[in-house]
Amino acid sequence: MNTSVFLGSVAAVTLMAGAGMADTLADVKARGELNCGVNTGLVGFAAPDANGNWTGFDVDICKAVAAAVLGDATKVKYVPTTGQTRFTALSSGEVDVLARNSTWTFSRDTDLKLDFIGVNYYDGQGFMVNKDLGVTSAKELDGATVCIQTGTTTELNLADYFKANNMTYTPVNIDSNAEGEQQYMAGACDAYTTDASGLAATRAAFADPENHIILPEIISKEPLGPAVRHGDSNWGDIVRWTLYALIAAEEYGVTSANVEELTTSSQNPEVQRLLGVTDDLGAMIGLDKEWAKRAIMASGNYGEIFAANIGEQTPIGLARGLNAQWTQGGLMYAMPFR
Amino acid sequence: MTDVMVSANPPFRPSMLIHDRRYRSMTFQVIVFILVMALAWWLVNNTVRNLAAMGKDFDFGFLWQRAGYDIPQTPIPYTSDDTHLRAAFVGLLNTLIVSILGCIAATVVGIIAGVARLSNNWLIARLMTVYVEAFRNVPLLLWILIVFAIFTEVMPPPNAFRGDDPAASMILFDHVALTNRYTAIPTLAMTNDPGSLDLGARITFNWATIAFVVVLVAGWIVRRMIAAWAQRVQDRTGVRPTTWWMSLGVMTVPSLLLIWYFGLHMIPPQLRGFNFTGGLNVQNGLVALWLALTLYTGAFIAEIVRAGILAVSRGQSEAAFALGLRPGRTMNLVILPQALRVIIPPLISQYLNLTKNSSLAIAVGYMDIKGTLGGTTLNQTGRELESILLMMGVYLVLSLIISTGMNIFNASVKLKER
Repeated sequence: MNTSVFLGSVAAVTLMAGAGMADTLADVKARGELNCGVNTGLVGFAAPDANGNWTGFDVDICKAVAAAVLGDATKVKYVPTTGQTRFTALSSGEVDVLARNSTWTFSRDTDLKLDFIGVNYYDGQGFMVNKDLGVTSAKELDGATVCIQTGTTTELNLADYFKANNMTYTPVNIDSNAEGEQQYMAGACDAYTTDASGLAATRAAFADPENHIILPEIISKEPLGPAVRHGDSNWGDIVRWTLYALIAAEEYGVTSANVEELTTSSQNPEVQRLLGVTDDLGAMIGLDKEWAKRAIMASGNYGEIFAANIGEQTPIGLARGLNAQWTQGGLMYAMPFR
Repeated sequence: MTDVMVSANPPFRPSMLIHDRRYRSMTFQVIVFILVMALAWWLVNNTVRNLAAMGKDFDFGFLWQRAGYDIPQTPIPYTSDDTHLRAAFVGLLNTLIVSILGCIAATVVGIIAGVARLSNNWLIARLMTVYVEAFRNVPLLLWILIVFAIFTEVMPPPNAFRGDDPAASMILFDHVALTNRYTAIPTLAMTNDPGSLDLGARITFNWATIAFVVVLVAGWIVRRMIAAWAQRVQDRTGVRPTTWWMSLGVMTVPSLLLIWYFGLHMIPPQLRGFNFTGGLNVQNGLVALWLALTLYTGAFIAEIVRAGILAVSRGQSEAAFALGLRPGRTMNLVILPQALRVIIPPLISQYLNLTKNSSLAIAVGYMDIKGTLGGTTLNQTGRELESILLMMGVYLVLSLIISTGMNIFNASVKLKER
């Protein structure tokens, strides 16, 4: 049953061409291009640069998958999605992978029929306020006006947090990060709340980042990860193990610079399996031997991607924290390549 | 005899379905009907099968789950613990609020602009032409965004009102504060509160509100009776009694008595903490949406009013002037009654347009039914098809109610042919 749905005026329910499609790998290969859902513009995670090229932490995941599957990291079509449109875009088949700092939750994983394939950033929700406000804790925000993106988990956390602390607030519902930034800068809201990484990225784009502080309270767990459609396990495996390949590469010291050299010289059996020197792991997921090698060469291993886009050397300046390797006290832990 | 019957009415043959004029139209109607039904079946069947392929079912049960999100403007009590259904209802009320306010204001603006465009005053007529053309020919969404941006960027934030020498100050004797978030206006309070009528589901109406509505409606009916009495006296004697003071009296005195009885007074908003409290904060989203809808639809209504007035032949007003009627009376007694029957039918579709256009509210963060049911609820539950269908149903019912009401009104003013 591959007939596309034509729903006339039910435009918002873009079920078109989506359902029933079970072999995403074949579709992507036939198309020669990976459709990747990304943020409409969040510096460091996914934003087009001055030349219109998409860059960022989430964008590099798209590139790695494209490199693994198609052999070319540039064969990606980036589809900007808002908090409201992202899951519809995925379930309708408009995108093959959704790498848009989306929180992995129970209902999204089950009821929305998505499959989160892992976590590429462990985050939590925070608040940003102007320094002039004199607020040092989220507990002092009673009566405040708060800008919030609709359709996000943060919207629900915000309601719960203020309720739990017996405080009131006025929400200002906005559709995209850019709109939130504008409302916040105009003073139409006292505080802006979203994932702490998103706040840091937003603040980095301000003309006066030093005048804005991110409050210490982290009010929720926000494990952000790429998602695929439910029901195509093979495609899910490909995206999941591409992410693990990037994480494992950092653990074993494989970088975009030394990957060629290690392919010939490394005596570590795990590295040899990862890079396709000994076992042919790629065949098990319908790819060739060197899929993981290409994924790593696309933008480097997980650590390189983190450092280049959102790390402490960038304007966003996020520390590794929870996102360090498990060997460094963090939560990044790739399953064994065996 | 049988032969005669046969020749007059030949036996039915299938080819007659096409070649016989008596059957042909029926044949084509049946074919079209079957095609339409087949298309409908194909659409429904496709949707169901594709939903099944995605593993999604069709279920409205989510409406009774906890919503979990907050809404800035709640005409009835609502917290994040309430259900998605109640959130949708709050959204519907917000849609109704902006639609009703918009329809009233657009009608006023439209009539003034439409009449002014026909004015003999060159400047006024040209100004109205500029207004109508500017608003009719720029998309509504842009007007909404522009108005909202003006409010956000130009008005001061609430904390600009703070301190001994504030950067901004309240207007209208410290009763109204224009900020970049909302317009803080006073609320009404009563020293002698009569309590509320509880309709269940935490929906209440204050008895004072009901009393005011009853008194105003009764006053309006009495005013009609006074006018009818004056008409009778005029018919009998030829002299119309002066009634304006009676009309004014029945419309205002009972209300003033109620205000005195309930001890109605205003509580001005005060800056406390981050925001103004104590008064009523009318969000800029609502004001911007309302203004933009009013001015946009008003431009269309202005054209309808102008067309309606121009449709009344010039001889009518010349005849009225010849009879010695003053211009105001000519307008009220001769031109408007005839113009209304041309104006009302297109006016209905403008009201429908305004109501449907109010769904652009999400652009300014005003939580109407598109923002609650079709926005946050849809997103948090992932029930796209159910939410959109429900929303389409709601707008359909709303539109049908509006057009029914307006059709009844139209029937009362249209040309009575005897």
